[in-house]
Amino acid sequence: MKSTLPASPRMRSSIFSARTHPPRASAFSAVVTFCWRAVLKIKHVPEQLFDVTASPIIFLLLFVYLFGGALAGSTGDYLQFVLPGILVMMVVFITIYTGVGLNNDIKKGVFDRFRSLPIWRPSVLVGALLADVMRYTMASTVIILLGVALGYRPENGLLGVVLGVGLVIVYASCLSWVWIVLGLIMRTPESLMAVSMIILFPITFASNVFVLPETMPGWLEAFVNVNPVTLLVTAVRGFMSGSYAITEILWVLLTSALLLIIFAPLATYLYRNRDCPAVVN
Amino acid sequence: MTGKSGPAVEACGIIKAFGKTRAVNGVDLCVSSGTVYGFLGPNGAGKTTTIRILATLLRPDGGKASVFGYDVVRRADEVRRRVSLTGQFASVDEDLTGFENIVMLARLRGYSWSQARRRASELFEFFELAEAAGRQVKTYSGGMRRRIDIAASLVVTPELLFLDEPTAGLDPHNRNQIWDIIRELVADGITVFLTTQYLDEADELADRIAVIDNGRIVAEGTSGELKARVGYGALHLRLSDPEKRPAAEELLSKRLGYPVDRESDPAELSARISNPESATQVLRQLSDEGIGVNSFSFGQPSLDEVFLTLTGHEAKAAGKGKTE
Repeated sequence: MKSTLPASPRMRSSIFSARTHPPRASAFSAVVTFCWRAVLKIKHVPEQLFDVTASPIIFLLLFVYLFGGALAGSTGDYLQFVLPGILVMMVVFITIYTGVGLNNDIKKGVFDRFRSLPIWRPSVLVGALLADVMRYTMASTVIILLGVALGYRPENGLLGVVLGVGLVIVYASCLSWVWIVLGLIMRTPESLMAVSMIILFPITFASNVFVLPETMPGWLEAFVNVNPVTLLVTAVRGFMSGSYAITEILWVLLTSALLLIIFAPLATYLYRNRDCPAVVN
Repeated sequence: MTGKSGPAVEACGIIKAFGKTRAVNGVDLCVSSGTVYGFLGPNGAGKTTTIRILATLLRPDGGKASVFGYDVVRRADEVRRRVSLTGQFASVDEDLTGFENIVMLARLRGYSWSQARRRASELFEFFELAEAAGRQVKTYSGGMRRRIDIAASLVVTPELLFLDEPTAGLDPHNRNQIWDIIRELVADGITVFLTTQYLDEADELADRIAVIDNGRIVAEGTSGELKARVGYGALHLRLSDPEKRPAAEELLSKRLGYPVDRESDPAELSARISNPESATQVLRQLSDEGIGVNSFSFGQPSLDEVFLTLTGHEAKAAGKGKTE
């Protein structure tokens, strides 16, 4: 057969002689490394920040100036009412991307590389989720700052804002596990997006984000009143206005806990036993 | 080095079904430590599924498999510490730079940040990727991409390296470069389990070869043994005029009764002829008919011919492996 290229023996002795394996990476350092990866991805693909910067701005401006006059008599009053709702809606929407990112990793083969490593297995999922918490925080900050610039005044001050945003992030992180599970099951990011939208549109719009439920027909009002998004919005409004809605806060925390208890172990199980033919592009 | 005594891979009757199709249907394997094992078969034969089972990415539906004595299902973590895999199904993050990818993997294998950076620099120099280190992997050429995939698998030197079609789609220069890398890995004592659709690649690199078709191993042995199983030699001809190939084919197959295989080069063909005397006669007859022969060789059958004999059909994409 053909003669081979001159091999490069110069480094051979050192490059593969390191057979003493370093100690197994701790769960913590694996999670941190996956977080680092997510930050690097933002650095290299900054357009993925559109949905946490541009989208919240567009939505807030649109809803305030489009509906404000009609719904609340003035855009200023409507802003005061709608801002916590928009905050919840935007962050809830962003949770989809946890699943989409995971699904992309599967499609591109990176996922199997991670699965073949001797690391704490959920670290891939937890790392991705922690990075997404940064995105939720970023989106929340953009909305609050823009709101304040437009004239939003949180009666309960900074503390109320921090508590409200905190509750939104807790709920969003738990909800993300649903998309992680779907991300592990669905075949393409597109189909995942489609399914998530079908779920998210009704639960975000059929809520008290934009209008009070009392104005709706009875059947819809009944649904809206038990919708977790409604409960979350009421709780956040309470935090920001200083009238703590204890019942709703507890319901939100309970719902979050349920989502986490059901979907996090399910995701970990699916991750471990993912059973599909190799993805070959 | 560990694992030298026992076999690197042992598999017995492994089965994996996706829906109704059995992608792997009772595969037995035994790979000795420190050797290159070639796993040869066309697309969809079950090569990748077998590797995914051995690398703990898939659970077999039936049968048993172990790597260095560790069961791939029950002792998966022990297996993962010892093997690395490279291929279309275990790639790197295209959005990150090559360097960031290797640092990330080194971190995940337990190196500190500074050790990880040092290891990444070492690997980049070795794989001649130093000037591409700061570029996103999606900008890499095919050959660079393959090298970084292999580098990613060598962050911690594995005892067993799975290479899934390492040269698919590469030009001859890049292919030779990958072959050289594989030879160096083996010289360093790493066991290599290689899948390929290219018969010449298995012939060139592998100590032993298993031929897989439709989820079953149809033959196993050294390249010489496989060729001997087929039982005939081959006369390879290169005609001076490609236009004459039909005439030569007609003479060889219709009138003299030798099975003829066309090669991808329009001026080449080969005939299955069992002894050198008959081959000499054939050459004489060709010249009597006015069919000029530029060059010829008589030798063992190529693995293409072996594959055809063993499976009853051609190895798809085998022609792409020819680079003459």
